[in-house]
Amino acid sequence: MLDLFMLQGSSFAGSIDSLVWLVTFIVGTWFVLVEGIFFWLLFRYRKQDGVKAEYFDDGREHAIKHVWIEWPHRAILALDVIIIYGAISVWMEVKMYVPVTDETIRITAQQWAWTFQHAGKDNKIGTADDIILIDEMHVEVGKKYLFELASKDVLHSFSVPVWRLKQDAIPGRVITGWFEPTLAGEYDVQCAEICGIGHGIMPAKLYVEYPEKHAAWLENPAPMLASSNPQ
Amino acid sequence: MAESPSHAHDGHAHAGHGAHDGHGGHHEESWFVHYFWSTDHKMIAKQYLVTGMLMGVIGAYFAYVFRMQLAFPGKPVPGYGLVTGADYNALVTNHGAIMIFWVAMPVLIAAFGNYLIPLMIGCDDMVFPRINRLSYQIFAISAVLVVASFFVQGGAFGGAWTAYPPLSAKAEYSLTPAGSSLWLIAVALEFVAFLLGGINFVTTAMNSRAPGMKAFDIPIAVWMIVIASILFMASVGPLIAGALMLLFDQMIGTGFFDPDRGGDPILWQHLFWFFGHPEVYVVLLPAMGFVAEIITTFSRKKMFAYKTVLATTFATGLLSFFVWAHHQFIAGIDPRMANVFSVTTVLISVPIAEMCFVYIATLYGGSITFSVPMLWALAFIAEFLLGGVTGIYLGSSGADIYFHDTYFVVAHFHYTFFPIAIIGSFAGMTYWYPKMFGTFMNEAWNKLHFWVTIIGFNGIFLPLFITGASGDHRRIFDYTNFPELDTPELQSLRVLATVSLLVMLVIQPVFLINFFYSMFRGKKAGANPWKANTLEWQAASPPPHGNFPTLPEVYRGPYEFSVPGRDEDYWPQNSPN
Ligand code: HEM
Ligand SMILES: [Cu+2]
Ligand SMILES: [Cu+2]
Repeated sequence: MLDLFMLQGSSFAGSIDSLVWLVTFIVGTWFVLVEGIFFWLLFRYRKQDGVKAEYFDDGREHAIKHVWIEWPHRAILALDVIIIYGAISVWMEVKMYVPVTDETIRITAQQWAWTFQHAGKDNKIGTADDIILIDEMHVEVGKKYLFELASKDVLHSFSVPVWRLKQDAIPGRVITGWFEPTLAGEYDVQCAEICGIGHGIMPAKLYVEYPEKHAAWLENPAPMLASSNPQ
Repeated sequence: MAESPSHAHDGHAHAGHGAHDGHGGHHEESWFVHYFWSTDHKMIAKQYLVTGMLMGVIGAYFAYVFRMQLAFPGKPVPGYGLVTGADYNALVTNHGAIMIFWVAMPVLIAAFGNYLIPLMIGCDDMVFPRINRLSYQIFAISAVLVVASFFVQGGAFGGAWTAYPPLSAKAEYSLTPAGSSLWLIAVALEFVAFLLGGINFVTTAMNSRAPGMKAFDIPIAVWMIVIASILFMASVGPLIAGALMLLFDQMIGTGFFDPDRGGDPILWQHLFWFFGHPEVYVVLLPAMGFVAEIITTFSRKKMFAYKTVLATTFATGLLSFFVWAHHQFIAGIDPRMANVFSVTTVLISVPIAEMCFVYIATLYGGSITFSVPMLWALAFIAEFLLGGVTGIYLGSSGADIYFHDTYFVVAHFHYTFFPIAIIGSFAGMTYWYPKMFGTFMNEAWNKLHFWVTIIGFNGIFLPLFITGASGDHRRIFDYTNFPELDTPELQSLRVLATVSLLVMLVIQPVFLINFFYSMFRGKKAGANPWKANTLEWQAASPPPHGNFPTLPEVYRGPYEFSVPGRDEDYWPQNSPN
């Protein structure tokens, strides 16, 4: 479903989109069915001359309850189990089981900017050659990254729609997670948690690069803000 | 009931279920006492109703301003001016807070609860009429405070209606030193007002029912308002405590939610949503109650599976206390906890769906008249269904990673809240108008108002599902800063939403004029214009102080329509045969 509206740029974007399709099939079918029955009843039982409404005594009511309540009840319960199964499997993939990662990146939010601390050429975070950039993040296609997300002041939320990734940043904590970009290009990072008057102007630019280009950037990591014009 | 009757109105409350001989004495009461110091449940209901409508106008005006900014970013909005980031946040925050706390709650629960409970259960007033009066007065003060917060130094609070700390806790972050505290005090007072109201609703419904009215003879509207009050009272306690803690953090420098001093900002989220999710059902249930009354009356059908309605309501109410963290899937809670809350949230679809099926089944075999109240009630069902099913996307933890805090959420919850607060209120207002004022509203104008409002509503929020799925995040005042979002396609959807809002707003004066004009000039309505069964229709329209000439006795359930072998297709609850 979401793939109709935007690119799938991470290894787990496809899983989330499939889950959304699954939910759409299930609830979409119900929605169309129920609205259909609803409007049909409105048409069929509109007031007509000489036709009186029916009166269901307890016996009659009981007799039709299984059609209107009991079977739908079981069906919904069964479909809920399917949805829950899908939801939790996707959740586990994205948020619970962090695979072995290739590199670590530190992301720090503050009113109203993002700081990205890249590991640099030695591929180790917290060393002298780390590359620290404001509102600009560089990663390589096909590499698995561990992120360490923190905030200096209020809540923020690190959101990359094309990756289907979102995680709140909380002052006083470091929250970890992972991603694997699969599509090269320039994308938006949005802040998804209201963080004050500058919340609407807290974008960052995400550069997902092929290995050669990424290596070239590592050699010469000048901020590239000038090239970040709208497509 | 230890209060001593100090003036005429209180005297009524204490006449209990006996005779009403004091009626003659009411004429001398002053204008002020009549409109502003009344303890009569019907007058208090009207106070709540008019205040709620007024606040609704303010909430809608805020929506107008920020939607104009979204459609035409950076252009001055006619009737407002330029919208800065700070303005935008303040408008969104107070739009949400006002619509929920100062429109949905007062209109659905307080206005209709006050009006309907004594009339529908056949008594003369609330059990605690002066607590009732106090409830409205506190509410009125809270409404004044929230509006006043726009005029203080630094402006109104803009940290969202959820008021997450640390943003809400520290002025250096929010930049609204006075606005944040005023907002919080207003919300806390509003809670107090509804606690007082809730005590009255529950006690009155339990103790003052007409003789013969057994539990399953109580109209569903009354059940729903009472259950909603219980849910509210059971969930709001922790949040009142939380609000005080937050107020202390703001004003005297405590650190309950301050991580630098051992506090925890996430604690607030738990307190807020432990209340916030049941709150959704607090406003939903009364609206469902009105819809039950209306669809039975206008399809001349007995409510299908009355006891199932109650069972599903109890189940929903209970479950609603165990789903709150679905608002916090990605907020940094333990990821394993998300699994638990995803299960409970998706499962709540079972009782809610059943409730919808019961309502729809009630139409089966009916004889349906499409009167204005019926149109609203049917629209409620049709629209709420979309709000319900889109909630499944958000309850599915894996999918919510993407949807959380996008416009998909905004569209989803407006497909629940708009049917509840607006469609439900219009349903109730048009249905009980003849009772409240003794006259009919103009039907043709009301139908026009209905269709334009419904078309406008769908025109606003259907596009927002798509902008949300395309990456628009909430509470962002200008999308031109985001290259992915600054596209002509998305912008045309945003404009469509705003234009639909304008269409919807333009028609509202038609209703308001009709509403006030018809009080004086409308066609006279008799006591029971819709030929309904519940007790309020057995009182005069409008009911006098004390409601009933003699207090009614109840012989049967509220929905005995089209009973075979009777000439009439209705059978009032109080008619002996
Ligand atoms: C009059 C028509 C309405 C329009 C056009 C409208 C539009 C909107 C929009 C676009 C937002 C999101 C703004 C943003 O996140 O930047 C919003 C937020 C909200 N609306 Fe409405 N709305 C309307 C009526 C209502 C009603 C009737 C209710 C509830 C009873 C309601 C409750 C809320 C709430 C709780 C929020 C969240 C506020 C926040 O983010 O802090 N709205 N509205
Ligand atoms: Cu932000
Ligand atoms: Cu919730």
